[in-house]
Amino acid sequence: MPVLMDAERVARALMRIAHEVIERNRDLNELALVGIRTRGVPLATRLRANLREITGTDVPVGALDITLYRDDLMRHPVGPQPLVRRTEIPFSIDDRRILLVDDVLYTGRTVRAGLDALIDFGRPRAIQLVVLVDRGHRELPIKADYVGKNVPTSSTESVRVRLQEIDGHDLVLIEKEEEQK
Amino acid sequence: MNLQVANGPLGTAAARLRGKDLLGIAELTPAEILLVLDTAEAMREIAARPIKKVPALRGKTVINLFFEPSTRTRTSFEVAEKRLSADTLNISAGTSSVVKGETLADTALNLEAMSPDLMVVRHTSSGACHFLSRICRAGIINAGDGMHEHPTQALLDAFTIREHKKRLGGLKIAIVGDLLHSRVLRSNVLLLTKLDADVWVSGPPTLIPPGIAQLGVRVTTSIDEAVEGADVVMMLRIQLERMQGGYFPSLREYFTVFGLTSQRVRRAKPDVIIMHPGPMNRGVEIASEVADGACSVILEQVANGVAVRMAVLYLLAGGGEHEAAA
Amino acid sequence: MKRLLEGARVVDPVRGVDGRFDVLIDGDRIARVAVEIPAAERAGAEVLALQPGWIVCPGFIDMHVHLREPGQEHKETIATGTAAAVAGGFTGVACMPNTDPVNDNSSVTKFIVERAAGAPARVYPIGAVTKGSAGEQLAEIADLRAAGCVALSDDGRPVANALILRRGLEYARMFDMAIIDHCEDPALKGEGVAHEGLVAAVLGLRGIPAAAEEVMVYRDIALAELTGGRVHIAHLSTRGSLRAVRDGRARGVRVTCEVTPHHFTLTDEQLKAPLSYDTNLKMNPPLREAADRDALVAGLADGTVDAIASDHAPHHYDEKHVEFDRAPFGIVGLETAVPLALDRLVHAGVISIGRLVELMSVNPARLLGVPGGTLEPGSPADVTVLAPEVTTTIDPARFRSLSRNTPFGGWTLKGTVAATIVGGRVAYANPDLASLAAR
Repeated sequence: MPVLMDAERVARALMRIAHEVIERNRDLNELALVGIRTRGVPLATRLRANLREITGTDVPVGALDITLYRDDLMRHPVGPQPLVRRTEIPFSIDDRRILLVDDVLYTGRTVRAGLDALIDFGRPRAIQLVVLVDRGHRELPIKADYVGKNVPTSSTESVRVRLQEIDGHDLVLIEKEEEQK
Repeated sequence: MNLQVANGPLGTAAARLRGKDLLGIAELTPAEILLVLDTAEAMREIAARPIKKVPALRGKTVINLFFEPSTRTRTSFEVAEKRLSADTLNISAGTSSVVKGETLADTALNLEAMSPDLMVVRHTSSGACHFLSRICRAGIINAGDGMHEHPTQALLDAFTIREHKKRLGGLKIAIVGDLLHSRVLRSNVLLLTKLDADVWVSGPPTLIPPGIAQLGVRVTTSIDEAVEGADVVMMLRIQLERMQGGYFPSLREYFTVFGLTSQRVRRAKPDVIIMHPGPMNRGVEIASEVADGACSVILEQVANGVAVRMAVLYLLAGGGEHEAAA
Repeated sequence: MKRLLEGARVVDPVRGVDGRFDVLIDGDRIARVAVEIPAAERAGAEVLALQPGWIVCPGFIDMHVHLREPGQEHKETIATGTAAAVAGGFTGVACMPNTDPVNDNSSVTKFIVERAAGAPARVYPIGAVTKGSAGEQLAEIADLRAAGCVALSDDGRPVANALILRRGLEYARMFDMAIIDHCEDPALKGEGVAHEGLVAAVLGLRGIPAAAEEVMVYRDIALAELTGGRVHIAHLSTRGSLRAVRDGRARGVRVTCEVTPHHFTLTDEQLKAPLSYDTNLKMNPPLREAADRDALVAGLADGTVDAIASDHAPHHYDEKHVEFDRAPFGIVGLETAVPLALDRLVHAGVISIGRLVELMSVNPARLLGVPGGTLEPGSPADVTVLAPEVTTTIDPARFRSLSRNTPFGGWTLKGTVAATIVGGRVAYANPDLASLAAR
């Protein structure tokens, strides 16, 4: 299974993204990070650490579970319901610029669900999208503002992100369908 | 601020309830019970949002079919359904064709002709929900059938206990009152024994169901013994009609022998929680000052009821083999 | 018209007969039972072909059947009930008086007798003990007797008032009629719908304690002792009741009892699974605990129980297709009694065929005071032909009864009825078996 990004690559991408965020957002105090569960959350936390390291500003972080907003809920004739986890956004999102963070951007449907969920929480001034990997094949008009790595893929492949906080190590892999279990 | 990161093995964990119905705790495995409680955790946070709604059950129709009057349970279900964006319909026996002599089967099948996804049913006859589940394609959620079960009550009770005590296994839980006629008792006994709690039940000998000790609970006619060192005390309602049935001579005597007074509460652990499914008869099964006291979690039970019912609706409304859904 | 049943095993316990015999029927009577009937006697007789393994017995009589006519013909009629009876191997049935109107006077009895005139099985009406079976005033018992009633009962209800039962027992002694009592204390029964025990407790069903039956059994035995009358305990269901009967009998009290096939087969555990709250498991007295069922089986073997009676209680599908509390009590039984008895008692080694004949023919005939129970020459040619080695699956859709309320649908049982002969005529021949074609 080809490795797209190793641990060092991931770290450098996140640092570069932090600098880009600073470049494009004049007032960091307006910012807030919201990670999409599950792996968007540790990425958001790392981004916050990077921003603090560079600027000394502490940007608040929240976690968003988009399960209840998915457009494919209740559509499976057989199969399990996705497990719902807690959303924790312990700050007001009104008038803030929200950096929505996810690991992989693919069809765009997850992000659409995330936008719907955020808007139920309040009225942000703006929402920008941060992703570690953009693998193409958008089905909705959604674009990432900050991308760790662009990876052209085919639809028989899948991109797997492993993160230290969840999986014990940092790695981004690409798998062909036959190689999957 | 501490963020919890979910440690699922593959990211999004998935699990489901078997079957299309929730007929009772008897049919649930411990894993399914925990799934409901864990899902309710996530659902509870929605009540704290400015917009208390998620689109999860958008376009689904849920009918609340109540043959027995109930304000609390019905409104709890209705709020839960609406928070999930479902379309709800309330049918009460008194205003429906049941009064005109229509059978239960016909009432249900007529409603089903309108393709509801779920029906929440409360009925005076034990087994009514099992009966409906066999003849209806819609999923049936038992909101209380006769003296048999009230599964969502037991689930919200377990949720409340877990909130405070972080676990269920090994806790001493005392349930006191009219055990014989109580569906809340049966559901709670089943659930708490499945999750390895140490359950004690107590009440007048005339109101103890035969053979109940075989369900793995300790039985005593002494409320003092039941409450001694308890982590949780759950009081069940006494109906005034029971006096007519000769089960005990008077309410006054009942309160003296079985009422939960502050003095009796002191026999329990210092951090005991006091529960009651409601509605309460103050001064009969529970003293007012206990009901309103610091140990009482009675109002939390009500709030948790909505979250638990949201979890149940969510877990039953999607997935499963019933392609009948709209 | 002569008919010959050739070369089958004949079991006739009254005459100590169990072996391979020919049975010659002449008209509506048994003419001869012999190892080989002389050619002269059998000349011109229609020979009915019997398969090896079949058993010829005196006709079975079900002494507890609800034919529902007059008044509830949507559940059953005398015509359909008797068709079900012969399909179940019964040459005669005794029908309970809880019809509408109640059979508490001779005009209702005569109606029943007339309706039964062309029926395939014999019908013996049981008259009410009290007017309207209301338990307050004795019915005109002599009148009922004269019109054809063979016993008295207020079945469906107990004779709750002990004084009334006392008077009834004393009065009925004049006619040597038994009072068949549905033993149940109404207050203890209350609104119960299932046996009071762990199963009912778990299912949230109101219980009927065993004591509700037992207190009345004890009472009835004491009254039979006091009056010298004959009391017969209908559908006895508990081990405590059995004990009372045994003790009373030992003291010389004229008490007898019957047990239904569902009570010697099923227990209250059935209510839980596979089909929970199945209203086809709701009857009165209810299905009891395993210990009761086992005691009844022992009682059938040791002679404490006198008869097997089905308590055939047809109900329309709509009436049973409701929540458990609301469903009427009762299940049909005419077409499942013999297969259950053969499978669960005979093949299980609990009783012999001879004992089965006592329970289903000899004793019912004796208790009702009607002819039958034996193939003694001169007896009515009422014959039940059993096929004990044939396995069948119970299919309610093929019942001849109008009603289908049985829990035994789909049960595979070893032993069935091959043919039923009433008054010399073949009233029923099992269509699934080799035909009884005349040779």
